[in-house]
Amino acid sequence: MSSAPDTSAAAKLAPADLPRRRFVNILLGTGLLASAASFLYPVLRYLVPPKLPDLGGDAVLAARLSEMKPNTAKTFRFGTRPGLLVETSAGEYRAMSATCTHLGCTVQYRPDLREIWCACHNGMYDLNGRNISGPPPRPLEAFEVQVRGDEIFVRRKQEA
Amino acid sequence: MAGPVASVRAWFDERFPLDDLKALAQKKKVPVHRYSYWYFLGGMTLFLFGVQVLTGALLLLYYRPGADEAFESVQFIMTQVQFGWLIRSVHSWSANLLVFMAFAHLFSVLFLRSYRKPRELTWVSGVLLLFLMLGFGFSGYLLPWNTLSYFATKVGTEIPAQIPIIGRPVLLFLRGGEDITGSTLTRLYGFHIAILPALATVLIGVHLALIQWFGMSVPPGVEAKWQAIPEDRKEIRFFPNFVLRELMAWYVALGLLGALAALFPWGLGVKADPFASAPAGIKPEWYFLFMFQTLKVIPAKVLGMDGEMLGILAFGVVGAVALLLPFLDREKPFKTRRWITGLACVFLGYMAVMTVDGWVAK
Repeated sequence: MSSAPDTSAAAKLAPADLPRRRFVNILLGTGLLASAASFLYPVLRYLVPPKLPDLGGDAVLAARLSEMKPNTAKTFRFGTRPGLLVETSAGEYRAMSATCTHLGCTVQYRPDLREIWCACHNGMYDLNGRNISGPPPRPLEAFEVQVRGDEIFVRRKQEA
Repeated sequence: MAGPVASVRAWFDERFPLDDLKALAQKKKVPVHRYSYWYFLGGMTLFLFGVQVLTGALLLLYYRPGADEAFESVQFIMTQVQFGWLIRSVHSWSANLLVFMAFAHLFSVLFLRSYRKPRELTWVSGVLLLFLMLGFGFSGYLLPWNTLSYFATKVGTEIPAQIPIIGRPVLLFLRGGEDITGSTLTRLYGFHIAILPALATVLIGVHLALIQWFGMSVPPGVEAKWQAIPEDRKEIRFFPNFVLRELMAWYVALGLLGALAALFPWGLGVKADPFASAPAGIKPEWYFLFMFQTLKVIPAKVLGMDGEMLGILAFGVVGAVALLLPFLDREKPFKTRRWITGLACVFLGYMAVMTVDGWVAK
């Protein structure tokens, strides 16, 4: 409440001349700064949305054999993103991510061209997911297909 | 020395009365006396409100209103989002401390008689703000959609329904239908994040503007002494002296909030099930406990009158008296001051006893 008695003595000296005051100021300043950072840090981390649980090595039921015919395809849920399962004219199953590597549209199978096509910017991929024409910069991520009985399972390719 | 900073400042000065505001802040003084510390309660309430606004805005990033999603989204905040548990716990702790501080502020203003002329409207806006804070507490309580909040809302909305004629429409308005459903949730959510904050912003603006206008009140005893011996009058500058003290108190409060949230994180409970029975020991938030407990102990019939009705009526009267208190305080013809202090003591005691009773009651 009342002013400290040493103000007159302190007034004669500039703050920089008082080593003890400078020391206390640095101590308080860094303390305040550190505590402010400790308050701010959780808020900044909170703003970063958490990653949704990824599928990891789990296999997803993409389709049943009875649903598929040669030269057709089906879009299925692969985790939080769509995947594309194609049955080639030869009866082979191919699965890949259905998210175009250009700007993230969902691609579709074109039975007339026997290729995978992205309607947004006319990107083309072959049945292995390789980008063959148009703007896509990278191939689609190819998945592993396993047929168990009547069910077709798809999972991420295991890294060797 | 017309550097770029100075020229930007000069540009700004011509378009915004910054210097005038600075001069005002430097001229403004705050009286200092033995009761000065009670002045911090109002500022502390304001600070906690700020914490509520910030943490509330953060919670909105992940919260989803809706009977199928609300509980899950709060669970997501508590378990998946980094430091989500901290943000939510700070929001809950701060809410409770805010209500406590608002009550403490009200009673300190009452006992120091700071509501007297010309500050009657400051008091009225303050009491309205306290009611708003209780509204915030009530509407926010349902948002996690757990069993406890579900039944508390059920009971809480049933109480105004006892009022004749307007009771039922009020119930339908609050619930958005006959029962507590997802519609109630979206409704209370709307109140909690849009309507109440808008009202609170206006009222806080009025409250603070009035305090700026009239300056801080000095208790009558101290004022009389200062008038007798003018040399005894003590004041400090608002800026920086008072502001720095206030900021220091706020900083300590922020640290305390963080510690409370970390050591006693707020639980989430069990998801509300509209078809489950109410669990034993169901209670509202502590600040509603004294009213809840009163309604519990009032007999069903008092002098031929419905007990529940009587209780609601009594609290209505208490609320009205609190709101209009400055207009009841008159020097003449009666010495109403002592009466007011006495009544406030009795009510404070009643609140304390009933809250404790409600807390320990099975």
